Amino acid sequence: MATPRITGVGLTPFGRHDGSTALGLMAQAAQAALDDAGLERGAIDGLLCGYATTQPHLMLSTLFAERFALRPAYAHSLQLGGATGCAMVMLAGDLVRAGRCRRVLVVAGENRLSGQARDSAIQTLAQVGDAEMEVPNGASVPAYYALMAARYLHETGTTEADLAELAVLMRRHAMAHPGAQLRTPLTVAEVLASKPIATPLKLADCCPISDGAAALVVSAEPGPCPQVVLRGAGQAHRHQHVSALADVLACGAGEAAQRALVEAGIGQPQIGHLAVYDSFTITLAMLLEEIGIAPRGGSAAMARAGDFGPQGALPLNLHGGLLSYGHCGVAGGMAHAVEAVLQLGGRAGERQARPATHALVHGDGGVMSSHVSLVLTREA
Amino acid sequence: MSTSSPFTDGLATGVLRYQRCADCGEAITGQRFACTTCGSPLLAWHASAGTGTVWSVSTVHRAPTEAWRAETPYTLVLVTLDEGPRVMAHGVPALVIGQRVRAQAVTLAGTALVRFVPAPPTGD
Repeated sequence: MATPRITGVGLTPFGRHDGSTALGLMAQAAQAALDDAGLERGAIDGLLCGYATTQPHLMLSTLFAERFALRPAYAHSLQLGGATGCAMVMLAGDLVRAGRCRRVLVVAGENRLSGQARDSAIQTLAQVGDAEMEVPNGASVPAYYALMAARYLHETGTTEADLAELAVLMRRHAMAHPGAQLRTPLTVAEVLASKPIATPLKLADCCPISDGAAALVVSAEPGPCPQVVLRGAGQAHRHQHVSALADVLACGAGEAAQRALVEAGIGQPQIGHLAVYDSFTITLAMLLEEIGIAPRGGSAAMARAGDFGPQGALPLNLHGGLLSYGHCGVAGGMAHAVEAVLQLGGRAGERQARPATHALVHGDGGVMSSHVSLVLTREA
Repeated sequence: MSTSSPFTDGLATGVLRYQRCADCGEAITGQRFACTTCGSPLLAWHASAGTGTVWSVSTVHRAPTEAWRAETPYTLVLVTLDEGPRVMAHGVPALVIGQRVRAQAVTLAGTALVRFVPAPPTGD
């Protein structure tokens, strides 16, 4: 069986790209990933696309294939909210391992900021709630996460200042990346003073809405760049709606990560680099703590101690995460994987963290509903 | 709402409904096609007594639509009903996690909904 490797990555700057289109942004990231992998279009035999709320096409993958001049032997798009990117990489790995494909292009992008009114984006996203039992209450994605956050704070003793620490951390990392959307310095006091969205979440606890795209090439053969192998992957899906989240201490993230680690044949202490979904500060705290990277209520203390910085024990989201690099939908969650590949390969330039062999990448969709974990490994 | 279902039809007449498994008796959160405990497809809708405990609460300042913007700030709650299911609804201001509440029918932003108000403790 072929070992799936990530041989190329592409990531556009995130932010406002006036006049951009979902397909245009996807093409930009896909071209960068092909160039990075040293591949011609004809080498791509598999294509996996995310979805774009601004381009709700029935067949986004083949639409993109036509526009990008690809003729894959296997193609479709996939929808799993914020976990889509990790799920596509996992599937691409399985397609390569099974021999179905040799080189799979995974791509997503969206003009989520410039392509629609902000209210329209918020209403579209709110529909991950139950159409009859939740959405009619005037609920939105920040409100779903706020309800979860209030309960999590109640159960773990986490404070709003603790959550703010994670927003500050992501901003500090974004300041080192020229492609990040939010790069002005941010303090805990400023996060706490930012305008309320849905208590306990304030504006700076929430990711921005962005335009942007990301792409990766998953291949059966080594490429020209340092070798990063997809060594393990795992999923867990326990609920869709926040109402049906039985226990805020067990949303499924730990289960997914465990499956990925078991498949990789390594233990969590061997993980030396982190790329974890962070749509809200509470998302990041809950994921880090359920996966077991930080003790319950302890992720802010680790951030304060410098553990998650480039020279810390567990560098985390060095591109700035969704909270500061930005969030354009599916590609927002893929940016984490792109950064992890660059970091493992020693290709992150001025952002380069201390060397690590294994990275854990985690994406979540819905309201901590769908979880996908990946273990990426640098091969000597 | 343009949709019609036992849940929304119930709200329209001031009744908060939930599903219960006709085979094992489990009360169900949300709306499902099968029991989460025994897998039976025989689920029936029942009227809740409307009493429960606040599981979580948030005050919403940024509304998703123009109609809701006129209502801000408003309080959303997740309440664990005494029958077992958890429901999302409105609440009066200043509710706290763990507080005993009871449901009242209310129309907000043109929609028939439930709003929870403080209830005396049951003593159990």
